[in-house]
Amino acid sequence: MNTVPPMNTVLRTALATAERPAWQERPKPATQAAKSGTILLILAFILIPLYAVTLTSFSTQASVNIAGGLVLWPHGVTWNAYSLIISGGVVGRALLVSLGITAVGTAFSMLVTILAAYGLSRAGSLGHRTILMIMLITMFFNGGVIPLFLVVSALGGYDQYWALILPSAVSVFNIIVMRAFFSNVASDLIESARIDGASDWKILWRIVLPTSRAVTAVVALFYAVGYWNSWFNILLFMPADSAKWPLQMVMYNYVTEGMSFAGTGMTNVGATLGRQQIAPLSLQMAVVVLTVVPILIVYPFVQKHFTKGVLLGAIKGLCPRGDTC
Amino acid sequence: MIAQGGRPPSDTPRERGAPRPPCPPARPPYPPALTRDLSRGPSLRVRLRRDRSLIIMTLPALVLLVVFGYAPMIGLIMAFQQYNVYNGMLYSPWVAFANFQQLFGDPGFWHAFLNTLLLFSVQLLLFFPVPIALAVLFDSVLSRRLKALVQSVATLPHFFSWVLVITLFEQFLGGAGVIPQFLRQHGVANPIDLMTDGTTFKFLVAAQLIWKEAGWNTIVFMAALTAISPSLYEAAAVDGAGWWRRTRHITLPGLKGITILLLILNLGYALTFGFEQMLIQRGAVGPGAAEVLTTFSYIFGIQQGDYSYGAAAGLFLGMTSLILILAANKVAHLFGEDGLYRR
Repeated sequence: MNTVPPMNTVLRTALATAERPAWQERPKPATQAAKSGTILLILAFILIPLYAVTLTSFSTQASVNIAGGLVLWPHGVTWNAYSLIISGGVVGRALLVSLGITAVGTAFSMLVTILAAYGLSRAGSLGHRTILMIMLITMFFNGGVIPLFLVVSALGGYDQYWALILPSAVSVFNIIVMRAFFSNVASDLIESARIDGASDWKILWRIVLPTSRAVTAVVALFYAVGYWNSWFNILLFMPADSAKWPLQMVMYNYVTEGMSFAGTGMTNVGATLGRQQIAPLSLQMAVVVLTVVPILIVYPFVQKHFTKGVLLGAIKGLCPRGDTC
Repeated sequence: MIAQGGRPPSDTPRERGAPRPPCPPARPPYPPALTRDLSRGPSLRVRLRRDRSLIIMTLPALVLLVVFGYAPMIGLIMAFQQYNVYNGMLYSPWVAFANFQQLFGDPGFWHAFLNTLLLFSVQLLLFFPVPIALAVLFDSVLSRRLKALVQSVATLPHFFSWVLVITLFEQFLGGAGVIPQFLRQHGVANPIDLMTDGTTFKFLVAAQLIWKEAGWNTIVFMAALTAISPSLYEAAAVDGAGWWRRTRHITLPGLKGITILLLILNLGYALTFGFEQMLIQRGAVGPGAAEVLTTFSYIFGIQQGDYSYGAAAGLFLGMTSLILILAANKVAHLFGEDGLYRR
């Protein structure tokens, strides 16, 4: 029984995808170098800023002073910026607020979107074309910022957290993406469940959802990132009350616009730490890092689901506001 | 008030179903063959009972869209009023087209309009080809692992907020940023501050867009590339076509359809392009370089409190955008593509 293939066949099959097709000529060394160089450059363009920001957030004031800005080479490392944030104050609270809004908002959006997508996905059901049309129209035309602001204010949403969730809770685009997937769930499976007496609610929960994990994950990521990154909604509905701000607004005001942390207790706390004083820049960069980390945590799990279908639809880019999704 | 007026008509099934519950309703009848096309068989009443739960499922989304989508649309009538917060929409005086007359006579508005077109065109020229080039480059990487790594790193910035992206650019290109620091240390006396320079702003906008979105947009082109049959390349290579000729005659034609589609869709959103990106940087660069129609409407409407004027600008923007999108789709259909919707 000599069925074990020779080692080099095993290796070759393992690396099969990495093999150059027979007809393809070997690239010239210069081409190869140019290609590798470009790829390295792309990686560097994206990773170096993230590296510098992270390193700066862990740097002492002395090392920020030596660098005269972002720290690219470590001199002194400290946790101070983060321990300061954890000990309370504006940034720590903003982080909790952002996490809360993202969690609640995503859960709510997913609930509404899944229900609507399934409700519209059964061929021949009563009124689904009309309802779909009513929804679609909002993708092509909307009242714009000012009437929305007045409607939300009239409902008492000014300075309220729900104003950061409800107006952007439904993305018709996401409903359509999910609906497309739901209508492709094996219909004989659904029909047999129906004969066994399952209600539509049960069919959705027991059959349709478990078979649509990929699209659910991707749509949830879109919603979560949308809530996490949303900034203009805060500017519109919650411009003044800095104690309520989520992280993006804190970052905008204290980092992008360079406002001082005065009045928030931040600078005072920094000063009382004495000799090991917190570099304002390291604190600022710690805020930046905090906005990136949750995305980095979730991204690898969802990225593998970026299947062709979801993405093709997604990139056709039907965001109601044009560029922010 | 608005929300009630626009209530969806499909509320009836719940009311009609409400008195029932005590005994569980009998399973609604189905046509004998259980065919998928149920639309012709049973009567309206039967269908209503059968699909009641499906309709109920769509209600939450419908209500949200009516309140936050349709009510603001109705609110746009304030563009024809001199809206006043104390009078509300019902009692504010009507001024017909006065707001629009003022708008079209406002040089600031026309500047915002032209600036939108300028920023959009520069962005289109510089940004649009990048994902195509990147897709061809990534596709030529043989090692699967390296390909996956580069792709996922390049896609990552799509998930960053504009506030974050602009902060990163500021830390590198701004007055105290890494690159001007470096230049100063190496003898350049006064490196320009790209973050506040109005004349180079259009290129900065394109650069930020490339950094954030080029990798993400690559994915569609990569998908289109995998659809090209490898045997085409093989046959061409056997016939003596080199890399450039294969790219020119096989790869690029293979990407033509998706390129035209994306280009057209892009044009449809020309006027609403870059709202957050400009709004964040408007303070640093100044309205001269960063004002676009969307920021114009927001600044005048909300920050300066002239709601009617801002709404008039918004209505103009919405209508022209709608026309653009419909026209773009028409063109897509002429090219034999689906566009946003099928005919």
